[in-house]
Amino acid sequence: MSEDLKERAVITSDDSREYLTFTLGDEEYGIDILNVQEIRGYDAVTKIANSPDYIKGVINMRGVIVPIIDMRLKFHLGQVEYNQFTVVIILNISGRVIGMVVDGVSDVVALKGEQIRPAPEFGAVLDTAYIDGLATLDERMVIVVDIEKLMTSGDMGLVDRIQNESS
Amino acid sequence: MAKSILTVDDSASIRQMVSFTLKGAGYTVTEAVDGQDGLDKARSGNFNLIFTDQNMPRLDGLGLIKQLRAMPQYKSVPILMLTTESGEAMKTQGRAAGATGWLVKPFDPQKLLEVVRKVIG
Amino acid sequence: MTIDMTQFYQVFFDEADEHLADMESLLLELDVDQPDLEMLNAIFRAAHSIKGGAGTFGFTDMARVTHVLETLLDRLRKQELQPVTEMVDAFLEAGDVLKAQLQAHREGEEYQDERIDRVCTWLERLTHGEQPAGTAPSASPTAAPAHSDQTQTAEPTWKISFDPLASEFKPDVHLDALAESLGELGTLQRYSEATGRPVVWYLSGPGVCLNNIQEIFDFICDLDGVQIAPMDDAEKSASPAADHEDEAFGFFDEAPGTPQDAEDPGYGFFADSPAAPVSIPPENNGQPSDSGYGFFENAPGAEASQDTESDGYGLFGNSPGMEQVASQAAHDREENAQGYGLFDPSPGYPSSTKSGDDSPSGSTEAPTKGGDSGGAPPNKENAAKSQTPKRGPGGDSSIRVSVEKVDQLINLVGELVITHAMLAESATHLDPVAHEKIFSGLSNLERNSRDLQQSVMSIRMMPISFVFNRFPRVVRDTAANLQKKVTLRLVGEDTELDKGLIERLADPLNHLVRNSIDHGIESPEKRRAAGKSETGEIVLRASHQGGNIVIEVNDDGAGLNREKLLAKATERGVPMSDNPSDKEVFQLIFAAGFSTADKVTDISGRGVGMDVVRRNIEQMNGRIEIDSAPGQGTRITIRLPLTLAILDGMAVRLGDETFILPLTAIRESIQPKREQFKTVSGKGRVLNTSGEYLPLVVLQDIFELGQVGQSLEDSIVVIVDTNEGRMALVVDELMAQQQVVIKSLETNYRKVRGVSGATILGDGRVALILDVDELVQLNQEMQPKRTGTSEQGNLA
Repeated sequence: MSEDLKERAVITSDDSREYLTFTLGDEEYGIDILNVQEIRGYDAVTKIANSPDYIKGVINMRGVIVPIIDMRLKFHLGQVEYNQFTVVIILNISGRVIGMVVDGVSDVVALKGEQIRPAPEFGAVLDTAYIDGLATLDERMVIVVDIEKLMTSGDMGLVDRIQNESS
Repeated sequence: MAKSILTVDDSASIRQMVSFTLKGAGYTVTEAVDGQDGLDKARSGNFNLIFTDQNMPRLDGLGLIKQLRAMPQYKSVPILMLTTESGEAMKTQGRAAGATGWLVKPFDPQKLLEVVRKVIG
Repeated sequence: MTIDMTQFYQVFFDEADEHLADMESLLLELDVDQPDLEMLNAIFRAAHSIKGGAGTFGFTDMARVTHVLETLLDRLRKQELQPVTEMVDAFLEAGDVLKAQLQAHREGEEYQDERIDRVCTWLERLTHGEQPAGTAPSASPTAAPAHSDQTQTAEPTWKISFDPLASEFKPDVHLDALAESLGELGTLQRYSEATGRPVVWYLSGPGVCLNNIQEIFDFICDLDGVQIAPMDDAEKSASPAADHEDEAFGFFDEAPGTPQDAEDPGYGFFADSPAAPVSIPPENNGQPSDSGYGFFENAPGAEASQDTESDGYGLFGNSPGMEQVASQAAHDREENAQGYGLFDPSPGYPSSTKSGDDSPSGSTEAPTKGGDSGGAPPNKENAAKSQTPKRGPGGDSSIRVSVEKVDQLINLVGELVITHAMLAESATHLDPVAHEKIFSGLSNLERNSRDLQQSVMSIRMMPISFVFNRFPRVVRDTAANLQKKVTLRLVGEDTELDKGLIERLADPLNHLVRNSIDHGIESPEKRRAAGKSETGEIVLRASHQGGNIVIEVNDDGAGLNREKLLAKATERGVPMSDNPSDKEVFQLIFAAGFSTADKVTDISGRGVGMDVVRRNIEQMNGRIEIDSAPGQGTRITIRLPLTLAILDGMAVRLGDETFILPLTAIRESIQPKREQFKTVSGKGRVLNTSGEYLPLVVLQDIFELGQVGQSLEDSIVVIVDTNEGRMALVVDELMAQQQVVIKSLETNYRKVRGVSGATILGDGRVALILDVDELVQLNQEMQPKRTGTSEQGNLA
């Protein structure tokens, strides 16, 4: 319900959507703010056996077990020491709560549809399949990511794939 | 003051239907789940009219009626049997037990009210 | 007053469900050779109650089936017929049909299937007792004729249905005329005349034929849309309208014929009633009704006992209550006369009762009957006495709550328990003396939240009889199918467990029971040859053991064949040790695709089964074990936690990580000596404990935690039970035994092998709950990797 309302409000304000931008290495990414549940600092995680290295583990967020992904590790941007500035964006992807460690959160920006141009094949760390397009903000280029598609992809190993079930 | 009616039936749905209908019409209704329960409830209350099912565990309708008729306060209170049959046998037995009359199941709420109004107003 | 009957449907559905279940279990218990009369009565009552409710709430299809069912049961309980096994079959089939009908009604539909007609006809035939009990053919439901012509009675009944709105005539004007014309042919039962719905009438009488009916219709309206069909006996007797008696009404007033009565032989105010069924002929000619009880006769001075019959009810003349009825009216009238004038109804009287008051009011002069001194005055008193207000019934002592709401509550309580644990942990740094109040508050909180948790959990608890109760039928049908003789014994049906588990237990248990009958219990001949009773026995037993529920499926059959299993294992290339224990061998039947059935039957042996059963049980955090003795039988034991939400666990430490081991799996823990560790070729590392070599599972290897733990000698070894037998799990430390709230990892992540879930510790951190069965599998998979690598170094 409230999601719907929010959605409508965002859309009606002359067709623009709000995006949360964050940095990873030298690049700036934008994700639909409707997928963002909250932003928090990095806590100790409980490691999960036999998981890819970018899955740091799980945390307890008010009784909910939330997996934490390190996007730097996922995209091979090298390891960074976690400190008090390390930020975890808690995402809500179709009901699933997932935490995403990024270098920093920069801004919330409103982008109109026409401001987002199709992304050419380029050397982003992210597969272009998960990229909605590119937007220019002042002098910066923001890579607009379809975070929902990215997080539910088999690539992330976050979700059990049905065909994989026959272990 | 509302007239009070005791409905004795082991079927909860029928009981509720009877009770709901009669309460809606302003009567006070007490439910009993079988003959024995009916007898106990009748003992501790004074009812203007009693409806009883025939086939019930512990004590059946006819048994209940017989026992009620033996009690001074129910000697002449109308007791109607709710029955799925209305054959000779039922009537003979019903009359012998001391029933005032019968009401054939299935019946609808309107019918029930008509009969009640006819009998106790 | 219009009453929405749908509000009672749910109660009726639940009640009918219960009656059907009762009926079935009673039928299965019934000994046809020596029937227990009380049991027959109880079965009859169940059918009877369903019929009453079905009729009342308009589920005529169910009323029809229960009617034929009840008719036969009635003859049985009156001992007019001797029960035979075929009857039980028919009853069970009828029960199944009723269940299907009930289910359809729950979904707002009507069940339609030819088996309805079939079972009605079948029951009908049995009711007529055409075959002597001994020679009854072993008719199965399918063998019963779909239409039995022999049940046609001499007096045919025709079912006439049409939609008055669709037909060319105006309803109210011509319906009666039509009815009258048809009434001349025979007895017409009018039924279902609610506005907007097709009319259904039943016409019966000697010599009534299709042509006669069509002629009449043709005369009045267009024949299109009018359906006229002959009815077989079953249908006829089941349709409420066709039951003459049901529709008759009678009223008896001992009062001398009052003016109204005398003038109106049919008790006009009832005859005008909007109720559906009306018996035409009596109304028209004043002849005695079908029931044989006359309507009021006009004769003045007919104060002799006469019964009043009306539409669906009647009053007995001379009966005790009648006095009251009459005097009640007299009393009213008297009051009216004194206070308000002769003919005015007293205030507060519902106006619709006016006519009702009028007729008995004429009986003021009613002479008291012999033997009964009750007259108007005592009754007046009586009426006054009865003004005492009555308390309403206690009502149902239970409420219906959706499972979701309960689960939400359970989750919240779980949070509360965790919050308490966190608070308690924070408080450990405080000085107990200085903060005495905080500590006593915390301990109160702990007690209360634990009590609360238990109470809330108990809401979800249900007796296991909910699953057990289906098995008498399953056993009966399966055994009959396989031509085996099997009895079932249920023990501990009252044992409670979580509702969620109950639902998920049904399928595995069903499989196990059928399997026991198919593979366990031998044929009667074989049993006799083996010196056993021809009849095998299956025992389903449930009990609580600690925090677990234990369910056993026992059979006294042939037992498992060790050699056959081993041969099968070799054939399939399943690796087995040289001299495997019985347990290891028996455990093979839980392996995928492992069936020892020589021939594939309908019941089992299709290769799916036991492995699925095991998986189902494991998904419930349960364990399954098998014991067997050749020639004596097989016992399958299922151990389940009482609930899915909470686990009794042991927190164990490994490096910085804490894991939870289910307490049910732990057998013992030991501080091993160096020489107990051995490396056996092919089996990897093992722990020698009291002469037995157990596979050694090192968590940091399996979970690739790196070298976090201590050396093996400083470790603690926990011996756990797994599906593959015992294993030794190496941990750094046993921390504390505690109840943990199980959280699923899959909610936001995915399944992780070796881990059954997660929980939140007192410090707010997440701990993983270990799945020992998966751990032992992971360990086996790791063996090839490990042998020859750095493992020796680790041992040193």
